[in-house]
Amino acid sequence: MSITLKALLKSPWVFHLSTGSCNNCDIEILDCLTPRFDVERFGMLLAGSIRHADVLLVTGSANRKCIPRIKQVYQQMPKPCVVVAIGECSLSRGMFIHSYNCPLPVDKIIPVDVYIPGCPPKPEAIIAGVVKLIEKLSAKPEKK
Amino acid sequence: MIYLIYLIIFGFFLTALIGLFASWVDRKVTARVQYRVGPPVLQPLIDLVKLLGKETMVPKGASKFSFLAAPLLGLGSVILVSTILWFNCLNPQRTFIGDIIVVVYLLVLPSLSIIIGGFASANPLASIGSSREMKLVLSYELPFLLAILVPVIQGGFTLRLGEILTYQVQNGVILGSWSGFLAFLVILMCVQAKLALVPFDIPEAETEIVGGPLIEYSGTPLAVYKLMKNMLLFVLPFFIMILFMGGFRLSGAHWINGILKYLGLVALITVIRNTNPRVRIDQAMRFFWGPMTILAMMAVFLALKGL
Repeated sequence: MSITLKALLKSPWVFHLSTGSCNNCDIEILDCLTPRFDVERFGMLLAGSIRHADVLLVTGSANRKCIPRIKQVYQQMPKPCVVVAIGECSLSRGMFIHSYNCPLPVDKIIPVDVYIPGCPPKPEAIIAGVVKLIEKLSAKPEKK
Repeated sequence: MIYLIYLIIFGFFLTALIGLFASWVDRKVTARVQYRVGPPVLQPLIDLVKLLGKETMVPKGASKFSFLAAPLLGLGSVILVSTILWFNCLNPQRTFIGDIIVVVYLLVLPSLSIIIGGFASANPLASIGSSREMKLVLSYELPFLLAILVPVIQGGFTLRLGEILTYQVQNGVILGSWSGFLAFLVILMCVQAKLALVPFDIPEAETEIVGGPLIEYSGTPLAVYKLMKNMLLFVLPFFIMILFMGGFRLSGAHWINGILKYLGLVALITVIRNTNPRVRIDQAMRFFWGPMTILAMMAVFLALKGL
């Protein structure tokens, strides 16, 4: 494993992108930063700008207005990077699956590395998902 | 030749190491204040290595040269300042007249580099951040200079850091006198603003203008900025230590004393940062040009009276 990938796994800075979610997933993400879960001990920080981020957390059912924005944000992210889809809506559009406004799930728009199901997922589930992501990346030396 | 060794070993490597450690202390103390565990010791270094391995993006419409050169300008000036300070601390006799003026000038350059980088990155939020940084520089420089006058006057109207240090070796630290104490309070606030930490983190306000001037930076230039900020977290408290607290001496048990002084200053800065809300730019300006300038002028008068 190269040293930059190792460093990336030890300090993933997270940017979170809400594509029309009901805010529950976003609140659960913020819960991970609170004293009870404290993901900063793994080096994770919430980045304000997409240029600083290594991990893109996508929540919400990607609606028509959001699809070009998701692509744009993904292109703006500097490149050894990872995409995590959080919550039922971004995985499979959830209850909006028959909606006229949600044509595609997130993984048809940008490549997604980890799926964290739940409506909303617990902070424990989010941390478990990130652990799985780290295991996956450490096993595979090549990353896009 | 000896200057080159000082530049590389003390100016860059030692300062960077201590700066990274200080930024870990800062993050850990912040975490403990908030009842969290906090990051491991190597975290700032890991962040730096990670940023060096990432892609560097130059936004469309940005001025490429100034966008990429601005971080180097800031880092270079910080390295120069720390070289001068270390040289003063280790051989106080062999310095040049007016180095305190050079240090004050060079300490403006990091802020200037952030302003240039922000304006060069063609982002409206970065421009807002840069213009706020400019106003902040204008507001804190006046009390900063007045507070620096106090050690200059007490050291017998000298413009050499070495003479201020030898004065403190003979007559006790400047912080112990009334004028020194007032000036120390003022310069602590100014350093807080120079480091852009919380009561005065108006240019970078993460929750408001998402990182301000640094918003478009990624990869290596961002790593250079982070390193510059971490090194400033060493250089500015070190400057305060030299001016007011007798500096850092290697002889005998003085080096433990020096480390304790430095860690105490960093902890003080961190606690100030954690127990205060962010002020607005007009409030910061009023604060620095009003109470802080008056306090600094009082300190200067007391120093002239010899108190």
